Amino acid sequence: MSRSLENEHGMTGSAIALRKAYEVRSLRFRYHPFGQGAADWVLNGLTFDIEAGEILGIVGPNGSGKTSLLKLLVKVLRPDDGDLALFGRDLGAMPQVEVARTVAFVPQESPQVFSFTVMETVLMGRYPHHHGQTWSAGFGWESAEDLSIAEQAMQYTDLTHLAGRSVMDLSGGERQRCMIARALAQAPQILLLDEPTAFLDLQHQMEICAIVRRLKEERGLTVVLVSHDLNLASQYCDRILMLKAGALFRLGPPHEVIDVDVLRAVYGCDVLIDRHPESGVPRVTMPQYRSTKSFDDRS
Amino acid sequence: MHLSADPSSGSVQPEQPSIVKDLGVAPAPGRAGKVSASVLTARRWITVMAPLVGLSAALVLLCVQFGTQWIGLGQVIDILGHVLRDGSVESEQIGTAGVILIQVRLPRLLLGLLVGACLASVGVVLQALLRNPLADPYVLGVSSGAALGVALAILLGIGSTFLALSVLPLCGFAGGLLSLVVVYRMALSYGRLPIHSLLLAGVILNSIFSALIMFITSIMEPNRSAGTMAWLMGTLTAPSYPALGILACYLTGGLFLLLRQARRLNVLTLGEESARSLGIETEQVKRQIYLLSALITGAVVSVSGMIGFVGMVIPHAVRLMLGADHRLLLPASALVGGMYLMIADTMARTLLTPAEIPVGIITALAGGPFFIYLLVWRKDRFT
Repeated sequence: MSRSLENEHGMTGSAIALRKAYEVRSLRFRYHPFGQGAADWVLNGLTFDIEAGEILGIVGPNGSGKTSLLKLLVKVLRPDDGDLALFGRDLGAMPQVEVARTVAFVPQESPQVFSFTVMETVLMGRYPHHHGQTWSAGFGWESAEDLSIAEQAMQYTDLTHLAGRSVMDLSGGERQRCMIARALAQAPQILLLDEPTAFLDLQHQMEICAIVRRLKEERGLTVVLVSHDLNLASQYCDRILMLKAGALFRLGPPHEVIDVDVLRAVYGCDVLIDRHPESGVPRVTMPQYRSTKSFDDRS
Repeated sequence: MHLSADPSSGSVQPEQPSIVKDLGVAPAPGRAGKVSASVLTARRWITVMAPLVGLSAALVLLCVQFGTQWIGLGQVIDILGHVLRDGSVESEQIGTAGVILIQVRLPRLLLGLLVGACLASVGVVLQALLRNPLADPYVLGVSSGAALGVALAILLGIGSTFLALSVLPLCGFAGGLLSLVVVYRMALSYGRLPIHSLLLAGVILNSIFSALIMFITSIMEPNRSAGTMAWLMGTLTAPSYPALGILACYLTGGLFLLLRQARRLNVLTLGEESARSLGIETEQVKRQIYLLSALITGAVVSVSGMIGFVGMVIPHAVRLMLGADHRLLLPASALVGGMYLMIADTMARTLLTPAEIPVGIITALAGGPFFIYLLVWRKDRFT
């Protein structure tokens, strides 16, 4: 059982970097709604690797299977077909609690209807590390170690001053940081984020992105994030995976994926792409509105 | 690459340098100090639970004095001491007051304590599972499902046989489970059950079941149907001590098993997917808790009928005072629920003395308006 925030394999950063965090082979998935037949394939034959220590952005149009892919990676959903390996181990054969000690998942929306405090919420991330001791898994108290790990996670996300606040009273940005802190308390090696910056204003978006970058650089965490924001993905991700209708369209560094032709093929619209003034990564801009031909004809 | 974990550091400096800028939110007064202050510890658990246990015992001694005939505290202690010394509850030795106290009031109060504790606990766990603070076995139709099962058993004549004590709770369990399966299926297809769907499901289940119950009572012999109606409204009647003992073992066993899920209940309030990603086999845990809830509700309904709103009012009040952590919320709600029902039942016994009001009427009159208040004025919190 992992006893600190350090990765439990005790590897150095460089050794980790050579490993594959995930190996995904011909992955197929569809939902099976209750009382209805199987729906269409959400993901149809995905094959790719996620390197340990990288930030991978998953982008694509609405309904292209981004969130489903993320949930498959943390075993919240089960694939219909294909193989998923987590650090070389078959994900399907791993108990859920072991997955939870390696992978942390922050869903897009986490509405809380009960007045748990921030500290209590962050401490819930320690749950997978209590499994096994049957009584303390269901009842029991937090150990000094749990508290110190939760406190570090809150410090990391700048939540310490809100520790006693109810999560229901937090702003959107604070709640998102609270959920990331909860995920960090799991002491994971891989962090999966679903739309971490959706509904956040500019300042809070930058905060979340800074936290993600820091996690990679200081802790060697592998981060997989789903985003609709192509510029954010371009700026903060090492590689970008572009999904189109459940299939992998392009996977590579931002300058290979954020491309006029790729975006036209995937999103069906033309955009302008130039360079970020500081980093030089591709930057997407919507073109100016032009009236349609029929409108022109009439005038 | 890693942050040093120093278990000895009890508090963290809030001014720690961070690349993330402070949002400018002033820390809540009095909360900014020690971070660990907001965490439930064994010590805090005991400092809350011990007074609650003492208060429950004191309330038993207080409520037992009230009734058609006033029995003063001194006399109560006398009689209790006598019974404990001799182990005899014969009327020659303890007098009429003693018989009233030992064979009528005390078992009825203890039954109220048990029933209230169970209803409040089931309310707590249903609220957590459905992620909805208005869930309650009565509102969701679990109680009326259980009542239907029990009424059916009474109609078939099982109620009057020696099997009653063991079979009636099981019939209640089957009926309660039926309601829970419907609610569970609805929750499954919606993800999180929105408040209106939940209430609608409860209203529909309740009206179907009460129609069936009314049909059953209408075809019963008149003398039996009157008793059934009184039971349905929610009444506590003094049980025999062996029956009380069996019930107590059964129900405290169930509560203990629920308590073992307290930490998982906490995590489940984050949502199904978050809970799974934290290593909880959610389907398995939920099935177990729903089964336990139906078992407990079935047993409670079979002895006391439909006592409403305890499972919603009490967890709400306790959550406001003690926070949402189920490790404390669940046992504290159980005790507060028990005390609440003891007080309500004492009122039911004494308000119109010598006549009695069914205690279910009192809890409904107290809980119903509270429910409406939550639904109308606090709906922003949970819709």
